[in-house]
Amino acid sequence: METNFTHHQSAHCENGVASNLLKHNGLNISEPMVFGIGSGLFFVYLPFLKVNYAPAISYRPLPGLIFNKLAKRLGLKIKRQKFSNETNAVKALDENLKNNIPSGLQVGVYNLTYFPDEYRFHFNAHNLVVYGKTETDYLISDPVMENVTTLTHEELRKVRFAKGAFAPKGQIYYPIQIPEKVDLKSAIIKGIKNTCRDMLAPMPIIGVRGMRLVARQIRKWPVKHGTKKANHYLAQMVRMQEEIGTGGGGFRFIYAAFLEEASVILENEKLKELSKEMTAIGDLWRDFAVEASRIYKNRSSKEDVYNTIADQLLAISSKEEVFFKKLKLAIR
Amino acid sequence: MKKEEVPQDKGNLSNKNMKELVYAIDEKGNYTTALSTGWEPKTIALSNSIEEISERVAIAKAQVESNKVSPIVYFMEYSRMDIAILSSYVGMWQWRVKRHFKPKVFAKLSDKILQKYAETFNISIAELRNFKTN
Repeated sequence: METNFTHHQSAHCENGVASNLLKHNGLNISEPMVFGIGSGLFFVYLPFLKVNYAPAISYRPLPGLIFNKLAKRLGLKIKRQKFSNETNAVKALDENLKNNIPSGLQVGVYNLTYFPDEYRFHFNAHNLVVYGKTETDYLISDPVMENVTTLTHEELRKVRFAKGAFAPKGQIYYPIQIPEKVDLKSAIIKGIKNTCRDMLAPMPIIGVRGMRLVARQIRKWPVKHGTKKANHYLAQMVRMQEEIGTGGGGFRFIYAAFLEEASVILENEKLKELSKEMTAIGDLWRDFAVEASRIYKNRSSKEDVYNTIADQLLAISSKEEVFFKKLKLAIR
Repeated sequence: MKKEEVPQDKGNLSNKNMKELVYAIDEKGNYTTALSTGWEPKTIALSNSIEEISERVAIAKAQVESNKVSPIVYFMEYSRMDIAILSSYVGMWQWRVKRHFKPKVFAKLSDKILQKYAETFNISIAELRNFKTN
């Protein structure tokens, strides 16, 4: 069985699945729109949580949050199910496909056989759509891939029941109710306000303050942990910022694209200006990645290089602080 | 990032003929999407992580050979896991998994418990027991 689902490639998996599922259900909404309304732009530093033996730095909120916020702000109803029993999880998915409902799935990356080996880590917050089933395979639309692909029944079982942090527990989700008319304008404003609040939050590990904390830590890394570990930490940070899914510059370019689209819908010229500014900030993040890669490529052991890169991060955080204050005013 | 500046470097994606989608601005300054084959700074970051893992695997291998740790450690590193991930796959507390790292404890493990590890690592109990360096 196969549902008449159209695959569109996207930068980030969660936005992509949301956008593709909504398009399938007749609501034409772009990936940047999903990202912006769902307040996907974020920064958090969790030194006590280690991912691949490095402190966790994330440029996005917890998995599932973007789609949930989007649904709330547009008045959509999303059904989400998790399973403790693997057989029931298979049944529920097959039932959906029988009823012509393509379903979003949270999966682990490690057993996704169509990914290059280098990308197969124990990361459990990946999203894809299953739109059909054959005797041996499930038909998969993975939004970060150019084309649709397949997984065998056993392979899909493995990725749905991957273990570890954020274990997907076979989670499936799909929209069950979409209002005839959605109020994009108010949803956009709510999304922007939420993002400004997050990025300017008076918390040391979140938003621009989080960036500053990381900048301070970067200066200490080589002294405290030695250059080898410091370089590993930096490499991990760049991976979180640039790896498949962020659309470049730690999601800044997707967000700029959202602001551009929002400026047309809200008829607000200021947002178009701010979109350009966000693009410039995204370019600064790219420069930061280039500079960081020079450090761990040359394995330079001078303390100074870490100070230089920390200064760079500090400069970005100041730019973003000004930016989000302006953005807050622009939608008043 | 301008559309013509979207990097098309060789990397881990281009090896598999994959391209990723990025957002960039066109000549008129409007946003559009473009495909990228890869970007060097990213490739270096990823290689750094892969090297890190290879090193860990090599160390684990040497330690198993000199009977300092059990083969479980080697297969854990080889599968890119840490104790937290492994313990959630086998459904045992971390302290128990850590105990199984000791060669003496490992030697006395029942088939039932070894089976859990073997399944997790996608190998047979025999392969887990009779650790071969290759």
